Amino acid sequence: MAVRISIRTADYDVEGQMAQQSTPPQWSTGKSPLRHGDVPFRAGTVALASAVVLLVFAVAWMLYTSSQEARTAFGWDLLFGSTWNPVETELNPVSFGGWPAVRGTLLSALIALIIAAPLAVAIGIYLAELCPLALRTPLSFLVELLAAVPSVIYGVWGVFVFVPFFSSTVAEPLSATVGAIVPWFAGPIATGRGLIVTGIILALMILPTIASLTRDVLRLVPNTQREAMLAIGATRWETIWLAVIPYSRAGIIGAIMLGLGRALGETMAATMLVGNTQRISESLFAPATTAASLVANELTNSVGSLHESALISVAFALFGITLFLNFGARLLIWFVERSSRGGRS
Amino acid sequence: MRTFNYRRRKLVDQLMRGLSALATGCAVIPLIAIIGYVLTIGSGAISWSFFTDIYQPPSNAPEPTAEAPEVAYDPNDPFANLTVEPEAGTTGSTEDVTNVYNAAPRGGVLHGILGTLTIAGIGLLFALPIGIFAGIYLSEFRNERFATVVRFCCDVLSGSPSIVAGVTIYVLVVLQTQQFSAVAGSMALAILMIPIVTRTTEEMLKLVPETMREAARGLGAPTWYSTFTVVLPAALPGIVTGVMLAFARGAGETAPLILTVLGSNIITTDIFKPMAALPLLTYRYTESPYPGENTQAWGAAFVLMMLVLLMNILVRIATRKSGGNSR
Amino acid sequence: MSAVVLQELTPFYGARQAVKPVNMTLASNQITAIIGPSGCGKSTVLRCLNRMHETIPGAYAKGTVMLGAQNIYAPDIDPTMIRISVGMVFQQPVALRTRNVYENVAVGLRLQGMSNRADLDAAVERALRSAVLWDEVKDVLNKPGTALSGGQQQRLSIARALAIQPEVLLLDEPASALDPIATASIEELLMTLKSRLTIVIVTHSMQQAARISDETAVFMVDVGAGQSIGELVEKGDTTQVFTQPVDPRTESYISGRVG
Repeated sequence: MAVRISIRTADYDVEGQMAQQSTPPQWSTGKSPLRHGDVPFRAGTVALASAVVLLVFAVAWMLYTSSQEARTAFGWDLLFGSTWNPVETELNPVSFGGWPAVRGTLLSALIALIIAAPLAVAIGIYLAELCPLALRTPLSFLVELLAAVPSVIYGVWGVFVFVPFFSSTVAEPLSATVGAIVPWFAGPIATGRGLIVTGIILALMILPTIASLTRDVLRLVPNTQREAMLAIGATRWETIWLAVIPYSRAGIIGAIMLGLGRALGETMAATMLVGNTQRISESLFAPATTAASLVANELTNSVGSLHESALISVAFALFGITLFLNFGARLLIWFVERSSRGGRS
Repeated sequence: MRTFNYRRRKLVDQLMRGLSALATGCAVIPLIAIIGYVLTIGSGAISWSFFTDIYQPPSNAPEPTAEAPEVAYDPNDPFANLTVEPEAGTTGSTEDVTNVYNAAPRGGVLHGILGTLTIAGIGLLFALPIGIFAGIYLSEFRNERFATVVRFCCDVLSGSPSIVAGVTIYVLVVLQTQQFSAVAGSMALAILMIPIVTRTTEEMLKLVPETMREAARGLGAPTWYSTFTVVLPAALPGIVTGVMLAFARGAGETAPLILTVLGSNIITTDIFKPMAALPLLTYRYTESPYPGENTQAWGAAFVLMMLVLLMNILVRIATRKSGGNSR
Repeated sequence: MSAVVLQELTPFYGARQAVKPVNMTLASNQITAIIGPSGCGKSTVLRCLNRMHETIPGAYAKGTVMLGAQNIYAPDIDPTMIRISVGMVFQQPVALRTRNVYENVAVGLRLQGMSNRADLDAAVERALRSAVLWDEVKDVLNKPGTALSGGQQQRLSIARALAIQPEVLLLDEPASALDPIATASIEELLMTLKSRLTIVIVTHSMQQAARISDETAVFMVDVGAGQSIGELVEKGDTTQVFTQPVDPRTESYISGRVG
């Protein structure tokens, strides 16, 4: 890379020469138009960087103010009330209780996490520590590619391939046998859409995210730690289990938290697979709803400002919890990064 | 030789190594299956007209000769007039409805492709100046306290659910203007693109060796001058990579578009009106009761997938060439 | 204690041969120093002696290394078990990050299944005393290992290696990251350990080799055919190698660096 600087270097290049000049160099007097450039340059970058900060505040402020009407009317019932009924009927008054959505979000994300976290950490370990050199690059590329697949594609696959497959091979036999005793697995299986398929597809979606972050965190562990374990006769696995994982534990937890954040906020796959009903059923096979899909489904068709405000409150809660998870996760990952940079070993 | 617990330890070692390889295999198989399904079923769904034609309602009648369906179009309610009417030569009887139901897919997604390119392209226009300059700030003034704030805000944006971006623009733009529009969708996508562009720009600028900056400074060049003439050109391939990834991310997003762009069945050039987009078509065709449209959902998913694959492979090639194997 | 005999030992990095076949005997209860310019493969050869070399992806070695009557490169040998008999200390002091001083020493014993607290206490104390670290750390055994100074961490590394009672101790430039006082204490420690161990030390400091070793092996880089390759040029009694080198390359190396 050639250094393309077309200033008159003869005047200013060597410090010694500058000292000998009778007039101070133009840089330092601020007369030069080039030197002047640094002030607007910094101001410009700061201004546009501030735009990022401003954007976050705009999002938070908008969510806060637009949700105020519903929050003053319903308070915590917005999250924990059990009935969501935007349209007044003879039997049911208008009520915005988000518990079906909150419950669906938590359960589907929990299912996703239970499936994905151990698998993804294992993949991260395999990619960073055990994988043959020839496989490392293609596998890493594949994992990164999968993290980039749009969620609507996971939704399409889930609706047309996974749901029919899962209903016939797992859900129906399970509900026919265990379902009579365990209400979680009770039938009937109508469309096949519900929390458990949503959770499984969410698991597939967050797997690459957690796996690649775990791999990155493990790669931060200094090689000296591994060699010290190997040199006292530890096997590969003992090295990983007793030195590498303890060293990067905080970062792995951070990776899982980021995965959880993605599962909680994922909209399209949930909308397409969860069934979208406000009825709470004990069975994981029955249709349900999640916070994100509730907002996606109802916001553009909202009936009146209170409904709109209630939906924005749900989005506000979603934003708050992912903000919290992200903050915690980044803190943990930053902690590992810092400790691997500083210190001796 | 001393062999303490040798057998047990060896067994645990092999077991755990095997398990982690197995876990990788188990997870990679369904993920490859997704790509495989989309590529095989999706490629079966597409034809020449899939790329050159726009939406056609399901029907048994022969393809209309006119290019566009002759339906009255109301920009605020694009689906209003799109009911399935009995075609000429049919009676509207139950049999005909069944026939229509089973009709082969017709029409294409050209409007969606053009819409996605437009919406994501304009989104990129919004995101680029903010993202690149914020990235420059984070890299060149990396030790300032405000940089930490900016970095954190970037993480907040990239970590918050995409629906939140949609809600934000819905409230701030769509409700204010009383109009769903492509440009509102672009704004929502820009919110999602900004953190990607910012962080890649920052990372790529940081990879430029400090000696280069010092060399420029030694020649007396001010910071801004060396940034634009030395540092930025050196990092350009990497930044382009980030921009491409941001574009791919934006092009695949669906949820924010539901709240901002709404969708359309025709090709529109007015960016202040609702517009079609590939992910929206994919979603709508998936939920459609017509098997023919379900097939088209696979086709639309295929096109989306190709876009993502293409971008990622290009990025792979670009980063390998420049030797910037940062990950 | 057994001697270590290298027969036609040839380390590779992938397709690249790093060192010409090495033949030499490392006598028991002696300190053998390996010296030479950087890139001559001295660390690589050392890492072959406990099969650490092959933990680098793509790296492997051909030939034979006899530890007593045992060829450690025999096909039925597990490298993990070799490393119990042949301990190793690295250039960079390593305190295992998540463990305290006590556990840093006990970790090898725990791997071998020792769990009785009294046995562990005794073994840890013995190892720390051998590494001349006990008096400094006996009150801070519960502190993180990383809290110790660099010199202390290096002796902690030695204590960790000694705890599992190896027959051979390999040291890869153990003092190059330390200040002169810490270096002196490590050298002193090695002199006391050689009555119990076969010690092999790679060092870039010829003064250090001359001070502590009984025998010295000199490696040089052979730049030929566009590819540089390491080579053992001389091995003998330290005094003889430094005063009356047989190989002219040794002489020019020593005089160029020492003189």
